[in-house]
Amino acid sequence: MLRRIFAIFQGRNREFLRDRASFAWNLLLPVVLIFGLSFALGGDRNAYTVGILQDSDDIVEEQHPFLSTRYIRFVPTSDKDDALRKVSRHQLDLLVEFGDAPRYWVNPDSSKGHFVELALLQSDVTAPPTIDKEHISGDAVHYADWVLPGILGMNMMFSCMFGVGYVVVRYRKNGFLKRLRATPLTSLEFISAQVASRMVLIICITVFVYTGTHLILDTRMEGSYFTLFLVAMVGAISMVSLGLLISARVTSEELAGGLLNMINWPMMLLSGVWFSLEGAGTFVQNLAKIFPLTHVLDSARAVMLDGATIGDVAPSLLALTALSVVFIGIGAKIFRWGQF
Amino acid sequence: MATILEARDLIKEYPGVTAVGGVSFAVEEGICFGLLGPNGAGKTTTVEIIEGVTPATSGEVYYYGEPAGAKFRQEAGIQFQNTALQDFLTVRETIEMFRALYDCKADFDELIEQCSLGDLLDRDNRKLSGGQRQRLLLAVALVNRPRLVFLDEPTTGLDPQARRNFWDLVQNLRALGSSIVMTTHYMDEAEVLCDEIAIMDAGQIIAQGVPDDLLRDHYEGLIIELPIGDLTDELAEIEHTVYENLGIVEFVTTDVSASLQQLSPHVTNLNHIKIRQPNLDDLFLDLTGHSLRA
Repeated sequence: MLRRIFAIFQGRNREFLRDRASFAWNLLLPVVLIFGLSFALGGDRNAYTVGILQDSDDIVEEQHPFLSTRYIRFVPTSDKDDALRKVSRHQLDLLVEFGDAPRYWVNPDSSKGHFVELALLQSDVTAPPTIDKEHISGDAVHYADWVLPGILGMNMMFSCMFGVGYVVVRYRKNGFLKRLRATPLTSLEFISAQVASRMVLIICITVFVYTGTHLILDTRMEGSYFTLFLVAMVGAISMVSLGLLISARVTSEELAGGLLNMINWPMMLLSGVWFSLEGAGTFVQNLAKIFPLTHVLDSARAVMLDGATIGDVAPSLLALTALSVVFIGIGAKIFRWGQF
Repeated sequence: MATILEARDLIKEYPGVTAVGGVSFAVEEGICFGLLGPNGAGKTTTVEIIEGVTPATSGEVYYYGEPAGAKFRQEAGIQFQNTALQDFLTVRETIEMFRALYDCKADFDELIEQCSLGDLLDRDNRKLSGGQRQRLLLAVALVNRPRLVFLDEPTTGLDPQARRNFWDLVQNLRALGSSIVMTTHYMDEAEVLCDEIAIMDAGQIIAQGVPDDLLRDHYEGLIIELPIGDLTDELAEIEHTVYENLGIVEFVTTDVSASLQQLSPHVTNLNHIKIRQPNLDDLFLDLTGHSLRA
């Protein structure tokens, strides 16, 4: 069994590595995106962002004159720990809690925090400021730090799903699968080889791109590399499995491309590749959890930016594993070798 | 000889079409069995059902008396009519990959020599000519030293020289003891290579047996052939078994001299007359009423 899996694994690896255009595309796309975006968006963001600690999702401007200040984006949040962590990472310029004992938190190392603080203190001209101040310290998280896992995850998603889904449909359409069907190779062996091949290749590419980017841009890494590697592995398996599920019966490359895009684009938009979904509604945030990429990115960012441990990301890893089992199980069950 | 393969009442139905309508035959060990018929006769569907790559609507396939299963997959070698191989792999890598899928493996060097691939080992699959590609596909079919080899229209699209070369490979294979099931619509190929044939038309076997026996049973004597334009009278007035096809009239006779004497008053130009042995093309035409290559 292992011998057969290895034979198909090796054949697929050779095919991928010798297809120089595809290989270069897989390698260069994330590099170009990361460096391009970090250059384009790496400076200070123009808008100021202030977290408002409250239970409600709605900002009531009448609550305090500060909330009517122009050029400041107010983000309601009920998770105090999460909000404080963002203040420490300069992702929020200020965190304010109004109410009976109003107070705010600011990072003294944040230039934008300083100016927003001044705006807060001068906003109520009818009364002297009666708001407590607390300091939160921490280094800024640059956009490159934040977008790096997003782009690596996106590249992984496209590579896994198209690299497996599309290729399997091509194999089916041109008769190569039928040829394999006439050998002792089982569908589980074939699928395992495809999963293993793409997983190894995409992990190598991801590690290579991450290492280069990390060394050149000095991106943030608070957690352990092993945990990050584990997240990438489990994530890659889940996305390859999803690609296999989509391609299990499809016989047309056009249909496969359409189906893959139908899943990839919402996944890319809703998983927070480019921007955080924190401002989005609860429904959208919950919907995003059905996508493997959401769990991969949340976990990777937690490890890289917050130093999360395996225990911290275990729920996401379990969710990814469960998704993989479901995808592979259904995929193997409905898998078709030929076009009949 | 033992029966290596038996197909029992194979039926394959698609919506509105019966591709194979109850095909049964048995193949003895060590022979070359040919499935003959025109395009669309159901030959490829029949062998693909036997090979296990197309599910039958009903029917059974037995290998050495047992339902074809894991043992069959290990011991059968298959060359499909149209097979894509993995891109960017060399001939050597392709053969090695398929060899690794089987428990029993042919000796690599012998296989290469047998299929005349020695000069092509490091060539990309995509850069092979038609004949070279067929030899590679045959090598892939032989990587497991198969006891039973399926060849589906193996010489379609090859030039005459490449076809002859491929026939040599098949004859060598048979000499080494493999049993062969091949489909073809080339009658000369079947006559050269096959010990037994089954002629298919419209999803049914319409005749089966040893080629010479089939011809002997069906035809007594030789065929006299001449263009219909050279005849002066109506065909019905001539006392012979007569066939007409594509402007050619064929008369079957056991006494050529007597027939020629009888025909000569009705023929304007005797120079166009041909006398020959009946062949499988004639048999097919006779059985089905239409040409084999139609």
